[in-house]
Amino acid sequence: MIISRQKDKRELLHHLDGKHKLFLVGCGACATACKAGGEDELFQMQEWLALHQREVTGSLVIEEACHIMRAARDLRQHRVAVEEADALLVLTCGAGVQSISSNTEKRVIGALDSLFLGNVRRLGQYEEKCSLCGDCILNETAGICPVTTCAKGLLNGPCGGMEEGRCEADRERDCAWLLIYQRLTRQGRRGVFARVVPNKDWSRRHQPGKHRV
Amino acid sequence: MSQLSEKLAAGEFVVTAEIAPPKGVSLEQELSLAQTLAPLVTAINVTDNQGANLRMAPLAAAALLRQRGIEPILQMTCRDRNRMALQSDLLAAAALGIENLLLLSGDHPRFGDHPQARPVFDLDSVQLLQAARTLMAGEDLSGRPLQSSPVFFAGAAVAPEAEPFELMMQKVHKKAASGARFFQTQAGFREAPLLRFMEEAKPLGVPVILGVLLLKNARMARYLNDHIPGVRVPEEIIARLESAADPLALGIELARDLVALARRHCQGVHLMTLGCEDRIPRILC
Ligand code: SF4
Ligand code: SF4
Repeated sequence: MIISRQKDKRELLHHLDGKHKLFLVGCGACATACKAGGEDELFQMQEWLALHQREVTGSLVIEEACHIMRAARDLRQHRVAVEEADALLVLTCGAGVQSISSNTEKRVIGALDSLFLGNVRRLGQYEEKCSLCGDCILNETAGICPVTTCAKGLLNGPCGGMEEGRCEADRERDCAWLLIYQRLTRQGRRGVFARVVPNKDWSRRHQPGKHRV
Repeated sequence: MSQLSEKLAAGEFVVTAEIAPPKGVSLEQELSLAQTLAPLVTAINVTDNQGANLRMAPLAAAALLRQRGIEPILQMTCRDRNRMALQSDLLAAAALGIENLLLLSGDHPRFGDHPQARPVFDLDSVQLLQAARTLMAGEDLSGRPLQSSPVFFAGAAVAPEAEPFELMMQKVHKKAASGARFFQTQAGFREAPLLRFMEEAKPLGVPVILGVLLLKNARMARYLNDHIPGVRVPEEIIARLESAADPLALGIELARDLVALARRHCQGVHLMTLGCEDRIPRILC
């Protein structure tokens, strides 16, 4: 899922300048799990807005805000409250914000920062495992992604900064290449060490990305 | 042909040193340091935004060394440039008569003076070695022909003391297979890990130039351990520096022992003397 967190309140206030009436939108999926844009956070946001003399005309939590058509449908059902507002304050990831902005001509203010595609360790603890490079190498790296979990995204083994298997960029973390090497060794294969991995084909990361099944 | 490649091919023991381009526009100081070093060494490395700190591009300094008849080893990292910029700089280097290269991944920007920079690492050091080889064969990385092709003598960095050893060696093998013609090692201080490395590296047939760093005092040694990725000064040496009446003299003695060690087991030394270049003759004797 997409990991997000709320923007700094001072930054948010700056964006709210001149906007007195707001319609709030949250997301029932990722932003709810991240405690950044679910029912509870919408409610807290409403209280905070009241403290800053803002009026809330209505609010809505879309089941999955990244679903463009569903966002359109849900917004239509709140047409009056949306019309009444000076702007929509959207507590979803950037994808959700764009579902909304593609469905209204009103000013849309994003209240969250999107961080990464995250795996869930447990609720509240998220880890970035894949950065969607479009050219997946996991089959050769024993299922551990160096593009994402090596601080330099190297493809052919550890850099000269590895010390005692710890990462140069953060000595608290294991070097991604240590983990890859250990698991490959346990599996009795050489994987990514059996060949020189060629330059990554970044053109496979379609830009701007669209995909039809 | 570069002197470095000729001497290594002839089995002569080589000595290299290094200069860092300035954080500014005047190269005067660096060039005069290079003039001092020149009679003592075979070639001089020119570092590339070392420690991820912004400095003048090493290409300029290397070209000026070349003009003054001093042989440079141009260092190039993957941190700041994508594959097009790297190839473009490689062609420029060749046009300026620069043959020796040391191709590196590069330190992470997190350490340097621009921690907000977006790191590139479009290629890694192994792939950059291959890029140099591809250009030499008259093609770019897209397989398109060059109008004229460069001649390089490309080397790579190795960290003999890195653990786990077998994991580090996997990369060394890839570097050799990708066209590394010499290795310069990270500064080392201990004999046993070096011997283990030399034993494993011997079948590769790639000459090894041992990195020897002059320790000036215990404080400096601690700083290196804390701040320079891959450098590990043993506690025992730090303790000796701490209690020495003249720490610099002890540092010179330690460096001299390492040079003697390199003369027995390696094909050269890379001296990092950090402002004490006048001591090099004593370290080499
Ligand atoms: S290699 Fe690419 S697609 Fe595969 S896990 Fe890593 S970032 Fe994701
Ligand atoms: S130490 Fe390992 S994980 Fe960290 S940057 Fe180097 S290779 Fe990547």
